[in-house]
Amino acid sequence: MSPILFWVFALMMLVFGVAVVVNRNPVASALSLVVSFLGLAALFVSLDAFFIGVVQVLVYAGAVMVLFLFIIMLLDLKAEQRRKLNLAAWAGGGLVTLIFVAQLWAVLKRFPLGRQPFPALPPGPHDDVREVGMVLFSTHNLPFQVVGVLILVATIGVVILSKRELK
Amino acid sequence: MMSFLSSSDFWFLVGTSLAKTIFLIFLVVLPMVSYTVYAERRVSAAMQDRSGPNRVGFPISLLGFKKDFSPFLGGLGQPVADAVKFLLKEDFVPGHVNKPYFWLAPCLAMIPSIVVLAAIPFGSTFLGVDMVVANLNVGILYIFAISSVGVYGIVLAGWSSNSKYPFLGGIRSTSQMISYELGLGFSAVPVLLIAGSTSLTKITQYQVDHGWLLLPFTAGMPGLREILLWIPVVIAFVTFTICMFAETNRLPFDLPESETELVAGYHTEYSSMKFALFFLGEYTAMIAGSSLIVVLFLGGWNFPFIPDGSAGWFWGLVNISVFFGKVAVLLFFFIWVRWTLPRFRYDQLMKLGWLYIFEIALVNVFLTAGILAFTK
Repeated sequence: MSPILFWVFALMMLVFGVAVVVNRNPVASALSLVVSFLGLAALFVSLDAFFIGVVQVLVYAGAVMVLFLFIIMLLDLKAEQRRKLNLAAWAGGGLVTLIFVAQLWAVLKRFPLGRQPFPALPPGPHDDVREVGMVLFSTHNLPFQVVGVLILVATIGVVILSKRELK
Repeated sequence: MMSFLSSSDFWFLVGTSLAKTIFLIFLVVLPMVSYTVYAERRVSAAMQDRSGPNRVGFPISLLGFKKDFSPFLGGLGQPVADAVKFLLKEDFVPGHVNKPYFWLAPCLAMIPSIVVLAAIPFGSTFLGVDMVVANLNVGILYIFAISSVGVYGIVLAGWSSNSKYPFLGGIRSTSQMISYELGLGFSAVPVLLIAGSTSLTKITQYQVDHGWLLLPFTAGMPGLREILLWIPVVIAFVTFTICMFAETNRLPFDLPESETELVAGYHTEYSSMKFALFFLGEYTAMIAGSSLIVVLFLGGWNFPFIPDGSAGWFWGLVNISVFFGKVAVLLFFFIWVRWTLPRFRYDQLMKLGWLYIFEIALVNVFLTAGILAFTK
């Protein structure tokens, strides 16, 4: 992959990621997050992981963020825009970020696999949908099923909660 | 991926991709869009016992000829006149809109429906070059992903207009497109199971070898397996087509812009070329949707007794024409339905999507998998 493309998409991700936090308008924040996701998808595609890249767009940019935007548009935007920045909240947020980065660094330092280069894939076309599917349904079958049950429970929970609201 | 290509191969790839893109967009799809609009007006006129636009010819009298050129049907110059009209009209931006998003929305409505076309195999080979701009092994997922991004154009148009009817249109469109995306995705799964691939090129090749999925006899007498598989394929075709109507906001599901309730829905505040971009985006999405239906169910560029592009450049061209001929038939079907069926009510639309289409498509996946497992 061309390093120029990597830097273009990585910068795009970071700039729009910052824009999500900095923007005072919630709709602008949500749209910045969409662009950030598109940059991430482009990075996946440039690593030949077409399936992950496309699913990133399909699930996050195409479905989750549309729902987010849908909810944000129904809320009162003016209140959010007028709200002043709170110094204590600023400091708290900065502290949490610092602790998180420090912990991440401490963990990654003791993670030997992270320093080894990944063995190169054999050249030529890969059917990555098939490969992901095979791994998912053979090696990682149990976690996959558990996640399925978890999502089913969450769905039923949402239905029950929203039904109770109606009464 | 580029690393194992040598330099000359790389430039050949770039050149052919550009040539294919320009051919597909500027010589095929955009003219097809403008003549679909013309066809819409003529077909609706015919169904309502009117004449429709039958006067405008090509104004070659401007070039010194004695009469304008008005070929067989008449009115064939109408799309040109429409385009000139859209470009010359005043582009009025109301004062109460949110300007950056108001400008962004028409672009977002048009671009995804064009980008989608990249993964569609619109012909076999022509002079040894595959007639698909990007031969992705996740072709169908790519198409779903990009078209799901297309909803932002409509949502932003509705929101940034800062006015009640466009806003209602945008809200309706969001929930409609999210609801029907599920049905659309699940309706395509049986085809993927049968062809064993998510690559649109491979799905077409499967249909060349085994007969079109919807008409299995195009490659000789179908066996028991093909006949059994025909049942889920027909169900999938019906649900997929219904969902495609909802995804492209066409009647009977054009709730986002239903003019009797919402003036013109999400594009009420738009005029001139900005409005035209929404209009063109809708028709381009129709062409992309029809192309997808042709690739998945109607054999793509294949036609019985016509060889593929390896038999000579002429047959390559014939294959491309066959593909767009099938797309044109489907476009006629889209128009035909629009002027036949009344509009759904909004709750009926949601009920149809969630309670019927989604469940039928889901059960259909299991039915297909069962048939495939037992007739191995």
